[in-house]
Amino acid sequence: MSRYTGKKIVIIGDRDGIPGPAIQECLKPLDCEVIFSSTECFV
Amino acid sequence: MTNPVIKNAGYILVHTPDMILHNGTTATVEKASNPNSEYISHLSESFRRYEEVVNYAPNQVFIGNQKPETLIDLEMPWHTQKVSGERYGRFGEIMPQEEFIAMIKMADAFDLVRLTDDFTAMVKEKLSESSYFTESEIELLKEGDSKDVIIDILNDHHGEGIFHKGTLVGCVKRAHDLDTNLNAHVMLENLVVKASGVLAVKHLMRQTEVAPEAIEYVIECSEEACGDMNQRGGGNFAKSIAEAMNFVNATGSDTRGFCAGPTHALINAAALVKSGVYKNVVVVGGGATAKLGMNGKDHVKKGMPILEDCLGGFAVLVSEDDGISPVINTNLIGRHTVGTGSSPQAVITSLITQPLDKGGLKITDVDKYSVEMQNPDITKPAGAGDVPESNYKMIAALGVKRGELEKSQLMDFVKTHGMPGFAPTQGHIPSGVPYIGFAVDAIKAGTLNRVMIVGKGSLFLARMTNQFDGVSFVIEANSGISACAEDSGYDEKEVKKLIAEAMRKLAESLTE
Repeated sequence: MSRYTGKKIVIIGDRDGIPGPAIQECLKPLDCEVIFSSTECFV
Repeated sequence: MTNPVIKNAGYILVHTPDMILHNGTTATVEKASNPNSEYISHLSESFRRYEEVVNYAPNQVFIGNQKPETLIDLEMPWHTQKVSGERYGRFGEIMPQEEFIAMIKMADAFDLVRLTDDFTAMVKEKLSESSYFTESEIELLKEGDSKDVIIDILNDHHGEGIFHKGTLVGCVKRAHDLDTNLNAHVMLENLVVKASGVLAVKHLMRQTEVAPEAIEYVIECSEEACGDMNQRGGGNFAKSIAEAMNFVNATGSDTRGFCAGPTHALINAAALVKSGVYKNVVVVGGGATAKLGMNGKDHVKKGMPILEDCLGGFAVLVSEDDGISPVINTNLIGRHTVGTGSSPQAVITSLITQPLDKGGLKITDVDKYSVEMQNPDITKPAGAGDVPESNYKMIAALGVKRGELEKSQLMDFVKTHGMPGFAPTQGHIPSGVPYIGFAVDAIKAGTLNRVMIVGKGSLFLARMTNQFDGVSFVIEANSGISACAEDSGYDEKEVKKLIAEAMRKLAESLTE
């Protein structure tokens, strides 16, 4: 059981860091629900 | 085929404090959503004076008076470290607001910009002292209008005000009654792109021996769109800038790709020159009023001045091989494709190592990488971190993974193959291109051999795709042997041998 188990997840990725889809991919094997995923540009 | 070379680059900043309040999206959105905003009512107290902007180290780097590496030893925050700056630099200048307002009027081909008579008289006198403006350009300012005329346009005809030091000095009229793409706000935004683009090209042409008549094509690559309600991004800034520059033999077009636009445009320019379609192509990007004061709330919250107080602009001349200027190696083009994926490793691989692999090169074979060169003095207090440093760390990490450098060398790589960010957060302006001027000088001087320019763009902001984008290219020292000669089967050793034989025969005939 991980800290994400059963959780609803909001992902805000960074274009010059870790983008949203990459974080989403990492969460796939875990028992959690991604309810929003986006990549933002902070510059 | 010829090799495409980069002959020169021009870089300009324009100090536009009043536009932070009246045209920057952070302030205009705040005004619309919270008319009694405390932030707006005290915003002008956080503006820097022109002298402070000139004496700001990153700005002096941007116009070429200092090398980027000088920022390494300058203690942050840089805005507290006053340096001795100059208005004009190796690559361009930092223009004060009043002169730029005059340039907006000069850029107006449809009599939409009206300036007050007092302001017009004042600025005409200033511009007459400058060697950058011709008499015919200054005549475009006309005599000006009374303030009552300006107020009437603002109140009754949906005009957009132009302010200087908090005072109304002019306005831009809407170009159509109903067309939102030609309203006064959009017209001002677009005229600013054109005027700042013209200023950058003026500084480019000042540095080069190439005549205006020799420019055959212009590519404009900012992030605005000009057009009307039937074709929102119909264009085209490029030809309007070519016209203003009297490039009588040029046409042009606009290339867009968010912040990656300039790198796309330079690759396009290189291809046009290499194929022989055009001999001289100017790539230009004007500045963005919308981004002025973008992170202002964070700056003010931390008791800092508003550091996003300058428009940026750049221009680069790509020409056929002159045997001297650095070459764009069109064999080493990197691109993030639809199938690349979004993991940092995939992104860096597509932009950095895939093109290097084509040339059998290692990450450490590139002397300098010019990535997203945003000034960290602006971004760090706003929580966006040090963007160039993040990019360099990712390149270095991939180098470690490929076994091309040791993990312990990671930060050393960041320092030696990278540089501190020094460009204003004007979107496309900091993306890859700010270092081109320095790269041209250093490669010609022999202090650098190879530089990679990397541009990234946040396509997802347009809500057409979730994709990000990026492209890259490599600039190398010119071997002095043109590609034409290589293509034609020219063999330098063979020619030398033939000449030597001929000379020997001549000597023998003379002694007989």
